[in-house]
Amino acid sequence: MASTEIARQAGEGARAVPLSGHVGFDSMPDQLVNKSVNHGFCFNILCIGETGLGKSTLMDTLFNTKFEGDPNQHNQPGVTLKSNTYELQESNVRLKLTVVNTVGFGDQINKDESYKPIVDFIDTQFEAYLQEELKIKRTLHNYHDSRIHACLYFIAPTGHSLKSLDLVTMKKLDSKVNIIPIIAKSDAISKSELAKFKIKITSELVSNGVQIYQFPTDDESVAEINSSMNSHLPFAVVGSTEEVKIGNKMVKARQYPWGTVQVENENHCDFVKLREMLIRVNMEDLREQTHARHYELYRRCKLEEMGFKDTDPDSKPFSLQETYEAKRNEFMGELQKKEEEMRQMFVQRVKEKEAELKEAEKELHEKFDSLKKLHQDEKKKLEEKKKSLDDELNMFKQKKTAAELLLNQAQQAGASTTLKRDKERKNFF
Amino acid sequence: MLPRSSALFIFGSQQQKNLEGYVGFANLPNQVYRKSVKRGFEFTLMVVGESGLGKSTLINSLFLTDLYSPEYPGPSHRIKKTVQVEQSKVLVKEGGVQLLLTIVDTPGFGDAVDNSNCWQPVIDYIDNKFEDYLNAESRVNRRQMPDSRVQCCLYFIAPSGHGLKPLDIEFMKRLHEKVNIIPLIAKADTMTPEECQQFKRQIMREIQEHKIKIYEFPETDDEEEMKFIRKIKDRLPLAVVGSNTIIEVNGKRVRGRQYPWGVAEVENGEHCDFTILRNMLIRTHMQDLKDVTNNVHYENYRSRKLAAVTYNGVDNNKNKGLTKHDTGDGMSPLAQMEEERRDHVAKMKKMEQEMEQVFEMKVKEKLQKLRDSEAELQRRHEQMKKNLEAQHRELEEKRRQHEDERSNWEAQQRIVEQQKLDLSRTLEKNKKKKIF
Repeated sequence: MASTEIARQAGEGARAVPLSGHVGFDSMPDQLVNKSVNHGFCFNILCIGETGLGKSTLMDTLFNTKFEGDPNQHNQPGVTLKSNTYELQESNVRLKLTVVNTVGFGDQINKDESYKPIVDFIDTQFEAYLQEELKIKRTLHNYHDSRIHACLYFIAPTGHSLKSLDLVTMKKLDSKVNIIPIIAKSDAISKSELAKFKIKITSELVSNGVQIYQFPTDDESVAEINSSMNSHLPFAVVGSTEEVKIGNKMVKARQYPWGTVQVENENHCDFVKLREMLIRVNMEDLREQTHARHYELYRRCKLEEMGFKDTDPDSKPFSLQETYEAKRNEFMGELQKKEEEMRQMFVQRVKEKEAELKEAEKELHEKFDSLKKLHQDEKKKLEEKKKSLDDELNMFKQKKTAAELLLNQAQQAGASTTLKRDKERKNFF
Repeated sequence: MLPRSSALFIFGSQQQKNLEGYVGFANLPNQVYRKSVKRGFEFTLMVVGESGLGKSTLINSLFLTDLYSPEYPGPSHRIKKTVQVEQSKVLVKEGGVQLLLTIVDTPGFGDAVDNSNCWQPVIDYIDNKFEDYLNAESRVNRRQMPDSRVQCCLYFIAPSGHGLKPLDIEFMKRLHEKVNIIPLIAKADTMTPEECQQFKRQIMREIQEHKIKIYEFPETDDEEEMKFIRKIKDRLPLAVVGSNTIIEVNGKRVRGRQYPWGVAEVENGEHCDFTILRNMLIRTHMQDLKDVTNNVHYENYRSRKLAAVTYNGVDNNKNKGLTKHDTGDGMSPLAQMEEERRDHVAKMKKMEQEMEQVFEMKVKEKLQKLRDSEAELQRRHEQMKKNLEAQHRELEEKRRQHEDERSNWEAQQRIVEQQKLDLSRTLEKNKKKKIF
């Protein structure tokens, strides 16, 4: 019996002891299974592919039920993700299945951003789980896991190679989700073309470094079937919900004038292989890989982004408490710094404004000082004018007075001369 | 931060669907089974009780192996001055299933004269294991997380026949919210069935009185199972007998204790409750014990620890229990910091607005003052100008008057002069006349 993980973990420090009878812990797997069955299972599939590749039909065929709505049109402005959750039951097993469809994928002229909504959606589910995991009071065991466990990537049956949109999208997703590429509507390809197509696709994926999901081969009970299936990837599928009578059975098939493609006939397509691998054999592994690999990667990146580290510079491991405390102190320091900065900025502004206003005041005073000076000058001039006028007046007055005096004198002299003359005259006579 | 394109997600509601044919996910339980066997199982069991109560013997009987042996002596043989908490790991395999069993025992418990705080090392051990798991879970790089948390504690009660000792009550009160406690009456073969019944009832009464929460069997929908569980509940606490020796009874080889008056058989349901304990602990409820530890006891520890870190930054959760600091809405410390950041941003915005307002107001005031003084100065200037202008006009007026006067006078003078001239001319003429 191969060594279990637990045995490997135990290492030294655990001694193997023989049992002298039946203890009963071999019921542990059953106890675990009972618990899981009681709790119910949950599985989330993301279907990516251009409009019209038969995504919805394939889901209906895989799960033997009619899922949602009407076929979508080609005129979507961007890629939208539509998610629907269904509760299915098979024998005593309850499954909460969520099917997410990309609507409008590949329909736009510019498909540069097509992958973004998909990546965002996947990240959103991871983020939701991470937030729940980080809560103080959390209920992880009752949490409805919305993380995408499997991504079926629908490749158009051109028969040639992958489109660049396919390569770009798958490259962006391969570290976030388990990608299972499938060739859609493969009844449009002949057998020989199909073999070449599969080889081309696989080599293109390899040369572009796209990591698709490999069925696990470490558990020997399924190693053989898984590794043989791995060699049939990508699966070429045909979906149909219509039934056709073949022999005396009703089978799911597509009827053409030249023959009937039977969905569950392994010579016609790989549908059965897909169903085996996806649902019957590896569903649990897909969930495990999502949690242990893709989610952990997301979580690690997110935490590193936020500045969390596992060891301090001296390589001593941080305890959780220390990490949070350190984060919190850093955070509070940051906030305080911001506050200080804002205050400083205001102080600065006040200073500047004060200086401005002072300048204005100074200018004003200068202006009025100069006006005042002007005014003084005017006044002085006025005074001078006044003075000169006064001088003139005085001069005039003097002149006048002098003239009057002269006149008086002249008059007096004249008067006396006249008198004399008169006297002489008088005397004459 | 969540990505911003959430506007592109459309979620439909949940619907029930019927399958119209074989799908295959009914095989999921098998997948789970297969993976769990591949992984292997682990379980940590703690045994606590005074020395000599048959703890090691019971463990050996439970697991049908010499876990404790002369080379690996049990707790009562390892005399300690103070209570120690020690663990031994064994790997056992059965039916293809591997189990890593860790037995934690407490030599020295209850053996001293003064047993105050002899439970503290036990509490510390359990908390340390929780802490280890919490740290492992919180690392950025998480590997396989070995789970060494104590998943069940078998507490051995001495068969006094009277009731619980104060030490028993104290221990269970302090540990019932940290670990699944299964109280056992040790060495049950020293009591008659009636004594045992009475003792059991007394113990259960005291347990209820002190509100001690011992491990409870989960309810199921299965009627059969529930009936079974109720029968077990009536027999709590389980009275057990252990033995390392095999004795032949009626041709059968059984584990038992040989007395002059007969053999007390370990696995005989009429002699003691050992079989019930074994079936419950190992065969039916081992997984549930692990689940309760993980979902209840560990989560309690974790939320207390994280709440203390978030609010105080100081680990004082050892002294306080759940305080009012326990967030009702259960935010992660990071989400809490986010919220604090948002609050702070809002506060700063408000502060900024207020400061702006004050600033604007002051500026307005100053500007107004400036304008007022400008107006004042302007007014004065105007006045002075007017004044000056008035004086100017006055002066002009005066000048004009003077000019008028002067020109008048000058005109007069000219007339006078002219007159004078005329007169002198006349005189001259007269003079000349006279002469002749």
